[in-house]
Amino acid sequence: MTQDSKGPVQAEIETRLSAALSPTHLAVSNDSAQHRGHAGDDGSGESHFSVVVESAAFEGKTRVERQRMVNRALGDLMDERVHAMQIKARAPGE
Amino acid sequence: MAEDVKNRIDTMVNKKDVVLFMKGTPLFPQCGFSSRAIAILDHLGVDYDSVDVLQDMEVRQGIKTYSDWPTIPQLYVKGEFVGGSDIMMEMYEAGELKSLMDEKSVARAE
Repeated sequence: MTQDSKGPVQAEIETRLSAALSPTHLAVSNDSAQHRGHAGDDGSGESHFSVVVESAAFEGKTRVERQRMVNRALGDLMDERVHAMQIKARAPGE
Repeated sequence: MAEDVKNRIDTMVNKKDVVLFMKGTPLFPQCGFSSRAIAILDHLGVDYDSVDVLQDMEVRQGIKTYSDWPTIPQLYVKGEFVGGSDIMMEMYEAGELKSLMDEKSVARAE
C-alpha cells in the first residue's frame, strides 16, 4: 500500500472518531509498513496506526479518561482488527 | 469477569508498588510498546514486578476488563491504574511519571 491510498480500516477509524468526538483536528496515520514482519503484522497493511485527535470533549478529562473515550469510539476495531494504536488526545489550546 | 480471575489480578496488582502487565519479560519483551515501557521504568530506577500476559490467557483477557483498557502494556502504581504505553511516554517526557513515583513513595530498584 502506498502512503496516500487509504485503506478501509483507516477510513473506519476516521469515521468513528469524527462521529463520536467532533474533533477540531484529526490525523490518522498508517504506520503498518514500519512494522512489516513484526509481531502483530497480519499482512493486511492495516495493523498499526497512530492518531492525533483534538476535541473540546477532552477538556477537564485526565489522560486515562481521554484515551478511554477514544478506545470506546473505536469499539471492536481495537479488539479485532487493529494490533496497535498510538493515541495522542488533546483539548483545543493545549 | 469471573471472580477468581479478578481475585488473581487483584493479587498481581498489589504484589509490588509498581506492576507492569506486558507481553514477554523485561529481558525479552515481545512487543515494541512493552519494551518501551520497561525502558521507562528502568530509567526511573523503580522496583517493579512484571506480568507476562502471553503466558496466561485468563489474565491477558481479564486485565482488559479489569482496567477498562483494551491494550497491553498497562502500568499500575500502588494498586492504581496509571495508563498504557502512550500515557507512560507522555508522563515520562513531562516529568510527571517521576513526580508520581516520588509522591507515592514507591520502592526504588536495588
